[in-house]
Amino acid sequence: MAAFSVARRSRGLINGLKVSFRSSGQLKHGAVAAPLLQTSLHRDSRWYSAGHLSVKERIEAKRRAALAGGGQARIDAQHKRGKLTARERIDLLLDTDSFVETDMFVEHRCSDFGMEQDKNKVTHLPEVIFYFFNIIFCLCLFCFSQDFTVFGGSLSGAHAQKICKIMDQAMKVGAPVIGLNDSGGARIQEGVESLAGYADIFLRNVMASGVIPQISLIMGPCAGGAVYSPALTDFTFMVKDTSYLFITGPDVVKSVTNEDVTQEELGGAKTHTSVSGVAHHAFENDVDALLNLREFFTFLPLSNQDPAPIRECHDPSDRLVRSLETIVPLESTKAYDMLEIIKAIVDEKDFFEIMPNYAKNIVVGFARMNGRTVGIVGNQPKVASDEYVVLTPPPPFCCLDINSSVKGARFVRFCDAFNIPIITFVDVPGFLPGTAQEYGGIIRHGAKLLFAFAEATVPKITIITRKAYGGAYDVMSSKHLRGDVNYAWPTAEVAVMGAKGAVQIIFRGKDNQAEAEAEYVEKFANPFPAAVRGFVDDIIEPSTTRKLICSNLEVLARKKQVNPWKKHANIPL
Amino acid sequence: WGGLEVPLGGRVGKQSCCFRVKNVLVKLMINLLICFSSQTFDKILIANRGEIACRVIKTCKKMGIQTVAVHSDVDSSAVHVKMADEAVCVGSAPTSKSYLNMDAIMDAIRVTGAQAVHPGYGFLSENKDFAKRLAAEGVTFIGPDTHAILAMGDKIESKLIAKAAKVNTIPGFDGVVKTAEEAVKIAQDIGYPVMIKASAGGGGKGMRIAWNDEETREGFRFSSQEAESSFGDDRLLIEKYIDNPRHIEIQVLADKHGNALWLNERECSIQRRNQKVVEEAPSTFLDQDTRQAMGEQAVQLAKAVQYSSAGTVEFLVDSKKNFYFLEMNTRLQVEHPITECITGLDLVEQMIRVAKGYRLQHKQEDIPINGWAIESRIYAEDPYKSFGLPSIGRLSEYQEPLNLKNVSVRVDSGIEEGSDISIYYDPMISKLVTYGATRGEALARMEDALDNYVIRGVTHNISLLREIITHPRFISGDISTNFLPEVYPDGFKGHQLEAGKRRELLASAAALYVTVQLRSQKVLSPTPVERSHWELCVQLGEGCYAVEVVKSGNVYNVEVDGGTVEVSGQWNLASPLLPLSINGTQRMLQVNANTYTHNLGFFGVLSKLAAQLNSYMPEKVPEDTSSILRSPMPGTVVAMSVKPGDTVAEGQEICVIEAMKMQNSLTAVKQAKVKSVQCKPGETVGEGDLLVELE
Repeated sequence: MAAFSVARRSRGLINGLKVSFRSSGQLKHGAVAAPLLQTSLHRDSRWYSAGHLSVKERIEAKRRAALAGGGQARIDAQHKRGKLTARERIDLLLDTDSFVETDMFVEHRCSDFGMEQDKNKVTHLPEVIFYFFNIIFCLCLFCFSQDFTVFGGSLSGAHAQKICKIMDQAMKVGAPVIGLNDSGGARIQEGVESLAGYADIFLRNVMASGVIPQISLIMGPCAGGAVYSPALTDFTFMVKDTSYLFITGPDVVKSVTNEDVTQEELGGAKTHTSVSGVAHHAFENDVDALLNLREFFTFLPLSNQDPAPIRECHDPSDRLVRSLETIVPLESTKAYDMLEIIKAIVDEKDFFEIMPNYAKNIVVGFARMNGRTVGIVGNQPKVASDEYVVLTPPPPFCCLDINSSVKGARFVRFCDAFNIPIITFVDVPGFLPGTAQEYGGIIRHGAKLLFAFAEATVPKITIITRKAYGGAYDVMSSKHLRGDVNYAWPTAEVAVMGAKGAVQIIFRGKDNQAEAEAEYVEKFANPFPAAVRGFVDDIIEPSTTRKLICSNLEVLARKKQVNPWKKHANIPL
Repeated sequence: WGGLEVPLGGRVGKQSCCFRVKNVLVKLMINLLICFSSQTFDKILIANRGEIACRVIKTCKKMGIQTVAVHSDVDSSAVHVKMADEAVCVGSAPTSKSYLNMDAIMDAIRVTGAQAVHPGYGFLSENKDFAKRLAAEGVTFIGPDTHAILAMGDKIESKLIAKAAKVNTIPGFDGVVKTAEEAVKIAQDIGYPVMIKASAGGGGKGMRIAWNDEETREGFRFSSQEAESSFGDDRLLIEKYIDNPRHIEIQVLADKHGNALWLNERECSIQRRNQKVVEEAPSTFLDQDTRQAMGEQAVQLAKAVQYSSAGTVEFLVDSKKNFYFLEMNTRLQVEHPITECITGLDLVEQMIRVAKGYRLQHKQEDIPINGWAIESRIYAEDPYKSFGLPSIGRLSEYQEPLNLKNVSVRVDSGIEEGSDISIYYDPMISKLVTYGATRGEALARMEDALDNYVIRGVTHNISLLREIITHPRFISGDISTNFLPEVYPDGFKGHQLEAGKRRELLASAAALYVTVQLRSQKVLSPTPVERSHWELCVQLGEGCYAVEVVKSGNVYNVEVDGGTVEVSGQWNLASPLLPLSINGTQRMLQVNANTYTHNLGFFGVLSKLAAQLNSYMPEKVPEDTSSILRSPMPGTVVAMSVKPGDTVAEGQEICVIEAMKMQNSLTAVKQAKVKSVQCKPGETVGEGDLLVELE
């Protein structure tokens, strides 16, 4: 609790000086504050010789310098890049006047390569700003914001130490950590101390994983070792055009592989949200990102000890959704938009989609049902799997493939770790066939989704809207994987495979294939085979889906299920 | 473990091409109760879809007649299918395969044993062959006799007949025009401007106005193509175009015994591209003498062709109240409800009675003008693009304004929440009709009804309709068929807010933002901190307005734009309709965005701090649209006039897109070389799809 008490005490000191914390709070924008501060410092020096500054005066001076960051020129440069300063970001992210800053007096300890002089010149600057006890919509959290205006936000030993301190506190209290990353990388001048700092952070990221939600918002460059901290956190968000994530930059890439690539192509927001799947969402700019992060935060519980949050809900839980009666097209090969189903069912059409541009054949994201946060997983019949796009014509509906399995699995495990019920909408004709998928290890990756659903002990509700074929039926939160409530719409078809393929096997050599197909369709292309065996609990009218899910969640909130003790499971990575 | 499988057949086979029978017993009992009033038919087939099919079914139900709906496969769960007692699938989605498929419809009549057919409007309603085939099978066509359809369906012949019947006609060429050059010659003889239109046409399709030789040639080409695709008949005629006229039509009703009535006029001048948007009855323009003269000429024409059933005689009326016969529609019109409102007659019921051979129940002196009725056509189209280009989509949310306390709102629709507006059929969502003792009352109710109409999932034209009915020129009755281009010479740009209204809007947005923010705190565990004072910035278009909100209970005092606005209301944030009181006046607010998550787009609310910091954010560079041609609407590519490597001049036609039976020519905005062509004729394209790239 050291850091905490320091913060409290320092505030008291300031008050004693009759310099209200509020006024320094108002001056927290370096842009406005810096010139004013300089003059006041100047005035003070008339009264005291340099050597005789009182401790109180020195505290005040240091605090003012810290608030000014890297100086007006660097702040202007930051703004010119379309980026905000570390403090501006914090102000925007958190509720007004709700934060307590800590470690404002920590400074770097390096004296090599002229850093000592530098230190004297700009006195002491916090390179990273921490807020302790911060609040978003009255929910507490811990957060740090790297200051690019001070040494390019590069990570020194002291810098890392501050991040570790905040994470330790967050773990103790059980509250989420949000990191606003804007750093040039390791501080080369500090050598191994900087590397050690990274490792300390990584360890804490791993220890905190599954205990408290960790969110990284990449708001500038993030290269080299630094990228692994965001990668270890639960969600990585990026800002379009101003943020980059890569192991090695374009120059090194050119010298090693002779590839010509721009920063944006190599590790920009578009690359990571649509190609690599490293980032979970990209936002237009700093302001957009921070305001959206506030909204996103309201979906999360504070820690794995807390239940999924329940917000005041204006959407009636027994609302009938008539538009769902006609959403599944009559032709079973025709596409429809699963997002429409999801938005129509959840509270107020409010759905925060995670990875909307990556592996679009599966939809994952957060929503609320009667105010309670739920995780939604749904197959997206509107989108062919990424790989199929090259085939003409592409199949009209989606299969599970490597990318969608991994995307789904990670999301399901997050929900399970943080007590968020999972609602699964199934329309899947199977796993994607082909050499690319097999060579890529679809077996191994598909198993991840299976593993995640099977292992999850949170309430699991499944709705089969249309196809649930083959292994994909089992995987998608089926009854057999401890689904709590499994429903089928009248349009559901639960079978080992579609009619054409099945008939070719069952009735091999039979002349009248069309008739055989019709027979198969009559028998299997409906929800009855699953319903008579109890593999689906009921065949429901689509319009009643919301009402049923809401009432089921109310009951399942009392669910307690524990997996056998183990050190940890061995998910097929 | 199955891989990818493509099941064939599926449910398609099960549900199509079958009909169902329900509530037969109940219907029989109702029949028995009603039959002694006036026996007409036992069973009527409605050869149409959408709102008009539903409209006809309603009257049939009232009269105790059983109904049969026909539908295409994509319409199998449409409202008219659900409403009817039986339904028969007559083919696939394109109208030529289903609703125009006479063979399949004749089969449906045989299978169901329907004794009569109501054709609605459009489709087969003015098709003489269909009427003949019905007659051959002994099935009653609920409409005029074949000879009247034949006579009036042909615009050239109808003009000759009208002339003979002493009806005022427009000067023009009374014959079919064969070539573009001949068209130019005739046009020069009559004098520009001229109107080129399909001989078999109606509803504004296949109709073009030309002001010079070049436009005549182009108009000839488009009109003949459209006429071919819409009516299967590419014959055209040319007549003098009367500039700035009003379009006023007379409803007539005649029986098979030589009696005919005129049921007053409908003012249909508010049009875009010759299609009606807002109609009213009566007209503010006509005096009793003109009304009577027009009515009597309309009845003369009806008698001249031995007309029976309901029909409409359309006139153009110039500023001096001279009126000219335009055409006669031998069917029920889209806008018939306003006539029903002011006369109290049920036109469908009258049509059914007349078809059975009954005499008219009324005399001319029994026909009143009671009150005022206004109809707005709610279309799925984007009013910002030439007053309405078709839009398609699924109605994700749909709520008709029937919650209003007064009963004088009528909504004729054939869709419901979840329905698809597809490229195959007319994009009309519904007809919204309001009625009042005076025009002012009807207009006020229309305004209210439009404000309370919730449509999500497709772009709609409510903003334009509301703008029209509240425009001073419309209110004063100073309108003509050029109303829209005159009032909005640069196209419709949306409502222009004056300062007071803008202040109210900004204040409402701020109050709503505060409500949403406070609600975000209402999570179960921690106790929310009530904050009562907020400094915000509301972005509206280009502007950003500083706003201060003080909240006490459900009242928000909003300081904005140099004034204070008091907003109060207790809102259900899940509802699309947010009623609020602004300085004591009741208003209805609709929030279009799907969620309340903040939006930095056209209209958004930010905290003061966020707005300040937002000024540092870089401008996103928009796509250069001058060198790419995107489809402005969903439709089919009919013709592609360029290929890669061609050089196009500014204004040169690049391709033609057909949507909802309208052909639209897309032209180059600058001189450039064609880089690539991304579509080919016959292909279906979506709105915003890339068609051609220029260098």
